[in-house]
Amino acid sequence: MGAGDAGEPDFEGWSCPLPLRDHDRVVIGHGGGGKLSAELVEHLFLPAFGVAPEVQLHDSAQLDLSGLLEEGRRLAFSTDSFVVRPLFFPGGSIGDLAVNGTVNDVAMSGAQPIALSTGFIIEEGLALATLGRIAEDMGRTAKSADVALATGDTKVVDAGKADGLYINTSGFGIIPDGVDIRPERAAPGDVIVVSGDIGLHGVAVMSKREGLEFGTEIRTDCAPLNGLVADMLSACRDLHVLRDPTRGGLAASLCEIAGAAGLGIEFEETKLPIPAEVAAACSFLGLDAINVANEGNLVAFVPPQSIDDVMAAMHGNEHGRGATVIGTVVEDHPGVVVARTAFGSRRVVDLPLGEQLPRIC
Amino acid sequence: MKYLDEFNDPELAEKLFAEIERTVTRPWAIMEVCGGQTHSIIRNGIDQLLPDEIELIHGPGCPVCVTPLGMIDKALAIAARPGVIFCSFGDMLRVPGSSKDLFRVKSEGGDVRIVYSPLDAVKIAEDNLDREVVFFAIGFETTAPANAMAVHLAEQRGLTNFSVLVSHVLVPPAIAAIAGSSTSRVDGFLAAGHVCSVMGTWQYGPLVEQFGLPIVVTGFEPLDVLEGIRRVVVQLEEGRAELENAYARVVNTDGNLPAQQMVEDVFDVTDRQWRGIGEIPLSGWCLRDRYVDFDAERRFDVGDLDAPESALCRSGEVLQGQIKPNECEAFGEECSPRTPLGATMVSSEGACAAYYQYRRLDGSSVDLVRT
Repeated sequence: MGAGDAGEPDFEGWSCPLPLRDHDRVVIGHGGGGKLSAELVEHLFLPAFGVAPEVQLHDSAQLDLSGLLEEGRRLAFSTDSFVVRPLFFPGGSIGDLAVNGTVNDVAMSGAQPIALSTGFIIEEGLALATLGRIAEDMGRTAKSADVALATGDTKVVDAGKADGLYINTSGFGIIPDGVDIRPERAAPGDVIVVSGDIGLHGVAVMSKREGLEFGTEIRTDCAPLNGLVADMLSACRDLHVLRDPTRGGLAASLCEIAGAAGLGIEFEETKLPIPAEVAAACSFLGLDAINVANEGNLVAFVPPQSIDDVMAAMHGNEHGRGATVIGTVVEDHPGVVVARTAFGSRRVVDLPLGEQLPRIC
Repeated sequence: MKYLDEFNDPELAEKLFAEIERTVTRPWAIMEVCGGQTHSIIRNGIDQLLPDEIELIHGPGCPVCVTPLGMIDKALAIAARPGVIFCSFGDMLRVPGSSKDLFRVKSEGGDVRIVYSPLDAVKIAEDNLDREVVFFAIGFETTAPANAMAVHLAEQRGLTNFSVLVSHVLVPPAIAAIAGSSTSRVDGFLAAGHVCSVMGTWQYGPLVEQFGLPIVVTGFEPLDVLEGIRRVVVQLEEGRAELENAYARVVNTDGNLPAQQMVEDVFDVTDRQWRGIGEIPLSGWCLRDRYVDFDAERRFDVGDLDAPESALCRSGEVLQGQIKPNECEAFGEECSPRTPLGATMVSSEGACAAYYQYRRLDGSSVDLVRT
């Protein structure tokens, strides 16, 4: 199952590069630190992660930073846990998410991620073929993001204690000298850009989880954005804010930035890149696309003098082709995000309280 | 999918706004009955763009909002029982009962599940024959056919572990109660398109005659709402009171007859409490006697539960159009979406929540600073 594949993952067709004793499912012993654990690492994770079999494993990864420290002296360090049901959804899996999520969090500081750790909490009974597919997704995604999966851990919990599999990843990268990206740097006049269509990931997962079908399949946008960020920084080293609008969607990101910067944000509702399928699904479910999670999208606050260069750089990257200006930062109504509707009226956009709840009618 | 764009077209909207502006000569108060219409009006700022003469009053058309506190408490009591799987539409989970909500019950170990259709709850019952599965059957006439179908299917399949907690309400008796109230300021109504897609428009003619007020059936997209308002204003300005259908692409006179038949088979008309309003005679549906075995109130013996409402909350006056949400002393203070006193602050369709979410920039009484 790759991000570009269509349809269901082919579990039947998957086989371990080497036989894993007689088990076709994860058993408690796979987390026990004994032979079964070692086999799981050796035969399943290492091949999937593309690690050469002759690599010696220690209690921790040892990474050579020589050369990297010349780029900058500050570290971006981030962790994220991935709890998603179902494990596979149109366009991706929990494995793609676990790598891209942390890669993107590190990239939002302007850093190029160097290495990730991977922690697995596996429910007893999970098919090894499923775990293998997910590990392969992680390996492939890490390769495309040019980041190493450097260390990992596996625990197995009793059946019924987890939704099949939870993954935690942590990652770090060096922030280049001269780059200073954080919400407090938003300034009046900054131009606000989103890198592409919004709402795809949340609707893709929800449609699969709830068995809802909308005529056309809506696929997650899950993608690593470190390459896009690098291209944007080449065009303008002085990017003020970057944020990947995951949980809570674009609305939550804008509200958090407005709050942190103590400035107002105004955007044009008609300029939001909402695909027709997402708009239809949201209308059907009583959701708002600006509250729906994205996994391959970023929002950038760009100084106005650099906007043309940044837009050109974004449009030249595969993950920024749909980049669109949606609004600006204002001094008015500090801390509050205001949307201008298609009809010219204005409304306040607030953080959703918790999870968005589908409306009854 | 394309209809979404067509019925959101700003140029057409501008024409409708201009036509309404040209037509109106004096103040009129128009009530949109349906919560979905309230949501659309506030979200798109339609009320900000209408001429000052036109006041929109947000009616009691959110089924979540009008479900009485006592009924929520019954749901909470049932959901907390061991062995019960309690299924509900999503936005019911955050509605506060006397002391907690369904989310809290879930966090305390109750098996509370969000479903998108009552038929999903029937499926859950079939898959869990050793558990009691209860569906919270709320809503107006729109949700009733599917809820009735769930009961019908459960009976047909011989499911003895499925029951429904019924709190159905009906639009025409609510319109009659509001139009007939001595304090009502409503000059005309927008009736709810999706309710009429099930029930047809035939129930509304007698209301027009009885109260002498125009009723225009319309939909939920901005242009539907605007066209509905335009037609009500034209009638009012011409001194007419008629029933009009501005949602003919979905609604006809008779409605969906098989759906009505299903409802008729399963439900019987009953008196109902409306949260914030009180009892309205013959304003709801309950299970017919032959389906009494599927009545969760009886099965779990919670029929006697009742609860007083918050003394601070003025949601009843909001629901009846007597005050705007931000005229309530508790609005944005004791009462917010985080700590709702009344259900109008809970559902995103509720008038108070819609005001809180989208309108905090207007008016001096509204605090701009986020707490």
